[in-house]
Amino acid sequence: MSEDLSSLSAEAPPAARHPGASRLSAGARRPLGWVERVGVLVAYHWVLFKRTFHGALVSRFLLPVLFLASMGLGVGSLVDESSGGVDGVPYLIYVVPGLVMVTAMNVGVGEATWPVMGFIKWNEFYRAMLHTPHRVLDVLLAHWVMIAFNVLISAGAFMVVAALFGGVDSWWSLLALPVAVLVGMAFATPLFVVGAKAANDSIYSAVFRLVITPLMLFSGAFFPIENLPFWMQPVAWATPLWHGVELGRAAFLGGPVPDLWAVHVGVLVAYTLVGAWFSVRAVRDRLVA
Amino acid sequence: MAPDLLLTARNLTKKFGDFTAVDGIDVEVRKGEAFGFLGPNGAGKSSTMRMVGAVSPVTSGELRIFGLDPETHAQQIKARLGNCPQKDLLDEELSVEENLWVYGRFFGLSKAEVRERATELLEFAQLTERRADKVEHLSGGMKRRLVIARSLINNPELLLLDEPTTGLDPQARHILWDRLFRLKRQGVTLIITTHYMDEAEQLCDRLVVMDKGAIAAEGSPKDLIARYSTREVVEVRFDADDHGAFADSLSGIGERMEVLPDRILLYADDGDAATAAIADRGIDTLSTLVRRSTLEDVFLHLTGRTLID
Repeated sequence: MSEDLSSLSAEAPPAARHPGASRLSAGARRPLGWVERVGVLVAYHWVLFKRTFHGALVSRFLLPVLFLASMGLGVGSLVDESSGGVDGVPYLIYVVPGLVMVTAMNVGVGEATWPVMGFIKWNEFYRAMLHTPHRVLDVLLAHWVMIAFNVLISAGAFMVVAALFGGVDSWWSLLALPVAVLVGMAFATPLFVVGAKAANDSIYSAVFRLVITPLMLFSGAFFPIENLPFWMQPVAWATPLWHGVELGRAAFLGGPVPDLWAVHVGVLVAYTLVGAWFSVRAVRDRLVA
Repeated sequence: MAPDLLLTARNLTKKFGDFTAVDGIDVEVRKGEAFGFLGPNGAGKSSTMRMVGAVSPVTSGELRIFGLDPETHAQQIKARLGNCPQKDLLDEELSVEENLWVYGRFFGLSKAEVRERATELLEFAQLTERRADKVEHLSGGMKRRLVIARSLINNPELLLLDEPTTGLDPQARHILWDRLFRLKRQGVTLIITTHYMDEAEQLCDRLVVMDKGAIAAEGSPKDLIARYSTREVVEVRFDADDHGAFADSLSGIGERMEVLPDRILLYADDGDAATAAIADRGIDTLSTLVRRSTLEDVFLHLTGRTLID
């Protein structure tokens, strides 16, 4: 093996080896700007993403096909025969935006549960990141960027499949994509708090059973919440999924802008930001104490 | 601050609630030095290292690394530090070289820089042949070498090694010591925590003995042994449960005695003479062993306790 270790030493003149690369030379080093900090961490998540892409690809396209075949076509034929769709809209067209938002929620939740606990508790790779010139906010921002991207392509994949099934009939539907990203993030950032505070991952099965599954069923994705008992309707109003479904459905139907669009967006943004603020605090308490 | 002082701590304190992990320590580390924190588990070594690594806020006192305050300049400090934490913190799903690449990129190094340094560091860590293997398939010793290689990716001016060889088998430890010794010879400034006396004696130019969050003694390994111990130690064992009962019969032999549950230590500059004195008194021992004095003896003298895990 090479006995020349000169480059390992701080005394060596690395500038000669890498002209202009002050990040390897002794003394103050060229700092990373804000965008660069998040960017280099996103690059790491991108490496992970590429590694699992093929497996994820199958589920991202297969799941929509199963959903659309059973809900859109199966249930849809019953609904359309018996009552002519929902408020005159064929059930397939009615349910696709709901399913897009459910997908966004599921991806947001999936990416913000076990993977986060892994980085904090199992391989503790967040700690490794914090040993380099990054703050907790940088580490989390980078992860959120990657989750948003994941939600975007999952919702996009769903829409492509839905279009093949005839479930998309307006270009306005594309507006549902940013809404889907907001829905995914509204669930993801608060869950980082759970990942930072929980002793182990058994809490996640409770999250799924008590929060995610009921929300999927009762947030207007599959039927109007007006059909729910009146006392359950406020629950839907308080949760991000319903707001996303309302916005998404308006986009898909190319219909008028919902009266309360600003409220819907505001609720989704509020969940995302409040979740982000608490998760930065929780991760800091856990890793930089 | 003198330009060659890389680290200064004055009355450095770390508290977690009511518990004081680090209790007002004063430390200085100069450029090119290999400096050690020796102490048992829970002595406050890792808490100190985390503060120096700018990943744990100082409770009180003053801490400067490269003359910078970690509270306000953590990013600048971390850019120039190498951090080899107690846990490996590797991404085991990635390959050996991928771990180096992604970590180097965290410092904002270019792809070309990262690849060039990774090649050199893999050679240094004797992992070139395993470069494409997933980390999960490496042995514990190889993982530690990879972590050390990773901590060097940004060409650090100060390398922090928190218990670098804990949990490794003797052979893996010796390979690692050899690598660290090379770094030291290259002039890399090292700060090492350890609860192994032999590790501290081998690697450290100067060290502090820590106990219960405070510094019990400071000096070079040689100094400390000269100051707090004798040149040699005789370990005397008896065929009995209570070794304390034999203390009187041995008194006067050597300069000092330590009674442990399973043996009695006699501190003497001439161990053979002490052994002969025991025989002269006709004392029936199970075994006598003469050995050179170590930092373990220093620690025992300072704290009255052994340094074992």
